[in-house]
Amino acid sequence: MSSQNDSTKDNLTKSAFSRRSWLRGAGIGTGVVGAGVLEQEADAQQAKVMSGEVEISLNLNGRPRSVKVEPRTTLLDALRNRLDTTGAKRVCDRGTCGACTVIVGGKAVYGCTMLAVDAVGKNIQTIEGLAPEGQLHPVSQAFVNNDAQQCGYCTPGFVMASKALLDRNPNPTVEQVEKGMAGNICRCGTYVGVRKAVLEAAKMRGGSNA
Amino acid sequence: MPDYKWPAMNKRKIMGTRVSRLDGPAKSSGRAKYPSDMNPQGLLQTAILVSPHAHAKIRSINTDAAKSMPGVAGIRTFVNAGAEVQWANAEIAIVAANTEEQARDAVRAIKVDYEVLPHMVREENLAKAGTRAKAAGEQITGDPDQALKDADVVLQSEYGIPVITHCCLEPHGQVSEWKGDAINFWPSTQAVSTVGNQLAQALSFDAAKIKVTCDYMGGGFGSKFPADSWGAEGARLSKDTGGRPVKVFLDRATELTIAGVRPSHFMKVKVGAKKDGTITAWQSDSWSTGGFAGGGMAPIPYVYANIPNRRMNHAAVSLNAGPQRAWRAPNHPQASFLTTSAITDLAAKLNMDPLDVFLKNANLTLREATYKSQLEKAAKMIDWKAKYHAPGEGKGTIRRGVGIGVATWGGAGHASKCKIVLHPDGSVEVELGSQDIGTGTRTCITMVAAETLGLPMSAIRVKIGTNSYPASGPSGGSTTIGGVSSSTRKAAVNALEKLFEKVAPSLGVPADQLEAVDSRIQVKGNPNKAMSWKQAAQKMGPQSIEEMGENVPAQAPREGLNTLGASGVQMAEVEVDTETGRVRMRKLVAVQDCGLVVNPKTAESQVYGACIMSICSALFEERVMDAVTGRVLNPDMEFYKLAGLPDIGEIEVQMDITPEHDARGIIGLGEPCAIGGGAAIANAIHNALGVRVPLAPATPEKVLNAIGNRRYA
Ligand code: FES
Ligand code: FES
Repeated sequence: MSSQNDSTKDNLTKSAFSRRSWLRGAGIGTGVVGAGVLEQEADAQQAKVMSGEVEISLNLNGRPRSVKVEPRTTLLDALRNRLDTTGAKRVCDRGTCGACTVIVGGKAVYGCTMLAVDAVGKNIQTIEGLAPEGQLHPVSQAFVNNDAQQCGYCTPGFVMASKALLDRNPNPTVEQVEKGMAGNICRCGTYVGVRKAVLEAAKMRGGSNA
Repeated sequence: MPDYKWPAMNKRKIMGTRVSRLDGPAKSSGRAKYPSDMNPQGLLQTAILVSPHAHAKIRSINTDAAKSMPGVAGIRTFVNAGAEVQWANAEIAIVAANTEEQARDAVRAIKVDYEVLPHMVREENLAKAGTRAKAAGEQITGDPDQALKDADVVLQSEYGIPVITHCCLEPHGQVSEWKGDAINFWPSTQAVSTVGNQLAQALSFDAAKIKVTCDYMGGGFGSKFPADSWGAEGARLSKDTGGRPVKVFLDRATELTIAGVRPSHFMKVKVGAKKDGTITAWQSDSWSTGGFAGGGMAPIPYVYANIPNRRMNHAAVSLNAGPQRAWRAPNHPQASFLTTSAITDLAAKLNMDPLDVFLKNANLTLREATYKSQLEKAAKMIDWKAKYHAPGEGKGTIRRGVGIGVATWGGAGHASKCKIVLHPDGSVEVELGSQDIGTGTRTCITMVAAETLGLPMSAIRVKIGTNSYPASGPSGGSTTIGGVSSSTRKAAVNALEKLFEKVAPSLGVPADQLEAVDSRIQVKGNPNKAMSWKQAAQKMGPQSIEEMGENVPAQAPREGLNTLGASGVQMAEVEVDTETGRVRMRKLVAVQDCGLVVNPKTAESQVYGACIMSICSALFEERVMDAVTGRVLNPDMEFYKLAGLPDIGEIEVQMDITPEHDARGIIGLGEPCAIGGGAAIANAIHNALGVRVPLAPATPEKVLNAIGNRRYA
């Protein structure tokens, strides 16, 4: 599971200039920028420089939401800082921990590694969109039942990753659960509960995509 | 005096049952609002400028250009010209702006002129520490020189465990709002009742006018007690900007470098023993760092503390690196790793099974019978008899091995006050200035109140997470569960007494003949002479009953509600690939004595979590310092590694829940279970390979080095 899947060539060209300023904004030195990015930088030289805020519309949990973002604003920051949708958490901000996992176009992605402008026109589902307030999605319920949460800061990311996994593979084996959840990190150490929760959620959903 | 004693184990209806945490649905639906999720109207975002140098004098700071950047609302500095910074990423200045992007841009426009000074950032080689190492005095018992001379076997060895970080997933920080003469403070904290006092001190402000609120927090592990410099400057920025709320949360690199680490610990040791395995002598020279202030000696020799002849020397090494903070069971995991490594290697030298050596010397511990029985239990769980082999014995590329770790901890309840309000409409409110740091505190308080009042949990409203409620201690030292359970119990008993007085005339018996069970107030043992809770509450008249309960640590032993002293044994089975150096967990078992357990479900989660943290530090975690630049090389979550779901293997937890343990009262549990796992894993690797990986974590590189040394030794 990774937002990299989403980085099609098309996406890269479209977002070249903005990705460049994102990299700068995020404080990544050029020393660690890979060749692919350098190509983008070259692209960027020719691209018209866009700066300041632009208004875009995001299809968030089934509703269009207009929001002002900078080209470099990540999807995660747009959600958390500008749309007050704070279920997805910002932890590593570099695509390693999974706390920011959201589902875009049916795929689990790290919200911190996708630009908000690249999410335009796609269906974005966050944990808030899994069930109406006051109700629990079966995956969330399984996390409660199996105490797959302590401080709970990683939990929304795990729930979204589980949901995406089960959508793809309604009857995963233990090994498939472990692999499918390997992109998420929990510091409190809730993995034993998570393992059980994902298997239970699969059973609760009767192996069919709910 | 009322009888506060816990109801008998077999009479309890709620305490001791497996209850799902009450705030679970809020967390797993993403609806729980953590301090970092707060977006109040008019919020200003911030970015912090940190020092790129590990040691430098600040000649000047110029914020002029930054001030006129778009969106900037305020700038403050943490230090002034002339100050010295003693570690990289030390905070220099902070910008508040309308958006985070703008704040980051403005931070880059701040000009700081540094005079770079020499730094030292690595401590693994004590000989190179020079004047940065300060001797901490010698401790001697018996005659270690003679005992080592007389010993049949002397093990001589070296071990070390590096600095690791807390890596809380929610970084340190807060939202604050300083409006007029009051401050609203929403920190991610382990200490709602004390953090405001600290902030007041930093700001020379009236503590009574600081309201602290923290309903949820994303992990602390000992690092989230203080108000912090960024807490104070965040509040000042709010004041500077006319009371706009200001959000400050550290970015990941800053979080991993300045918001707390666990000290390292290195040790050169000699252990003497008789042929039969009796340990007679210990001599250690150790050193450690927790940053600029050095680092204290871990409690070595650990658990097996009463070795008759021993000499310990320690040096605290001061480094230009981020400061230590309490880290889940401060200094104990290091002590367990160092001590049990030495005992395991001694056993190898004696050609003995280490389990026999640990058993044989159990008289050197403070709780001989407990450790013996725990060692035996854990050995059964891991199938030690079948799985243990002489160190390194075995064939093939993949080698398996088993190892032992031990633990001890205090865990008595902290000072805690609780207010319980019984309302005439039958509703019940419970208020404590406590916090739930992920341990299930909210749920446990509800269980204790419900048990005591004879009501279902759904009838109780527990309110915690702000300093407006009666003060309860910070969540440190595994003291919360004992503290809040005892104060809640006492408040509930006190409130019930008042209610009984109101109800007694109607039931025609003295108040002390009444009891509360199954949502009824009844004559003791007689459900036919009873009235419902609702009817009873109506007897109050218009006035609610408000009663306090308090846990006073000095009195607690007499009352028997909580106590201290938890022992634990963990054993690990690992699999090592001798070609790649990769260690895989097969199994980790934990035997944990724990006194009275309020909620076995969340208590077990604590132990599972602690086992997983042990796997992290045994195999993955290390803060890597660059000697040349003085900076942390891995302040991110890609290269500062934690275990993931595929890395943990099977984990089996055995809580020693027995009438005998239960009778001791409540004992905190969060820390004792976080101690022995890393040691057990290190010793299992030794058993697999027949060679010691002396420095944790056992990364493939270190494993291959150890194997290589053996080959060419
Ligand atoms: S915050 Fe996005 S992966 Fe960690
Ligand atoms: S529950 Fe705290 S980080 Fe996962």
